[in-house]
Amino acid sequence: MAQIIVVTSGKGGVGKTTTSASIAVGLAERGFKTVVIDFDIGLRNLDLIMGCERRVVYDFVNVIRGEASLNQALIRDKHVSELYILPASQTRDKDALTTEGVAVVLEELRKTFDYIVCDSPAGIERGAQLAMYFADHAIVVTNPEVSSVRDSDRMLGLLSSKTKRAEESREPITEHLLLTRYSPKRVTKGDMLSISDVNEILAIPLLGVIPESQAVLRASNAGDPVILDRESDAGQAYADAVSRFLGQDLPYRFIEEKTHWLKRLFSFKEKEAV
Amino acid sequence: MSIQTQFSKILHYFQRPQKTAKVAKERLQIIIAHERVTRDKPDYLSAMQKDLIEVIAKYVDINREDVKIELERQDGCSILELNVTLPNFLDKKENSKVEAATEF
Repeated sequence: MAQIIVVTSGKGGVGKTTTSASIAVGLAERGFKTVVIDFDIGLRNLDLIMGCERRVVYDFVNVIRGEASLNQALIRDKHVSELYILPASQTRDKDALTTEGVAVVLEELRKTFDYIVCDSPAGIERGAQLAMYFADHAIVVTNPEVSSVRDSDRMLGLLSSKTKRAEESREPITEHLLLTRYSPKRVTKGDMLSISDVNEILAIPLLGVIPESQAVLRASNAGDPVILDRESDAGQAYADAVSRFLGQDLPYRFIEEKTHWLKRLFSFKEKEAV
Repeated sequence: MSIQTQFSKILHYFQRPQKTAKVAKERLQIIIAHERVTRDKPDYLSAMQKDLIEVIAKYVDINREDVKIELERQDGCSILELNVTLPNFLDKKENSKVEAATEF
């Protein structure tokens, strides 16, 4: 049975689309048939991050309205086989997404895919609510910053009350915290909330820590999800997150300040274990 | 510049500023704890509050700002507390309190 994963955050600009793209690519690379859906109706952007913006013909809303079949709207990813993209519509019609419409599309996708990744829009409007409504897993993307942490907590509240699983009193959605734009240097200086600070406040299992990285902008410039930049810290951190999602137990990387070799040489202090 | 301000400037220079991350964490802990309590409140509360005020206003001339409604939860029992400041019969402010308890 297909698993539905929602990538959500409440706050905008924290890395939902970047995360959706990389997690989807990661799952497909491990051989799972995956589809990633853009729920940000009116502000489609997943297509750019996935590098398929020029191949969009039909979109999610066309499928819901019966103007196109699912097969016509699904775009085959150019990087990985087994990965498909369902772009959002650029319509300004706020009511284009309906619960019934989304249910029908997801039900159809469930038949052929292993993972359905739903890229939620920012905010708590209809798009965001529908992206999470049918989910089995939620990846809550959070920056170590006050407004993002607060909004994430708000999303956790919605995940436990305004979703199908909650309404039917089934087993709750599995929640995963993904800390992005993490800067170990600033944490050491005391200017940024640490992993344990955020963990203490939100209290959900940590799926991964993505360091603040130049590679993310380079990846979006090129339209290649950052997980494919295998040399980069962010790419490797996303690959680790995918492994953890699939049940592997891995240590967290890139969470400590890089020290210059000279500094390390002259440091008398024993390196503390993490 | 007075000696005092100079002195405080020097003192300030040597004081280690409080780490902002620590401030952020404390602020978050407080606001999130507060929001988690209100988030579990039933949706009908604000509508009910409006209706209750309407009813009271029908009989007494009250200042709507002076009405406070709170829901408190104790084990197995919710207490709805309604506080209305009634404008005085003898120019004196009188506080009247209506309490209703509902068992869930």
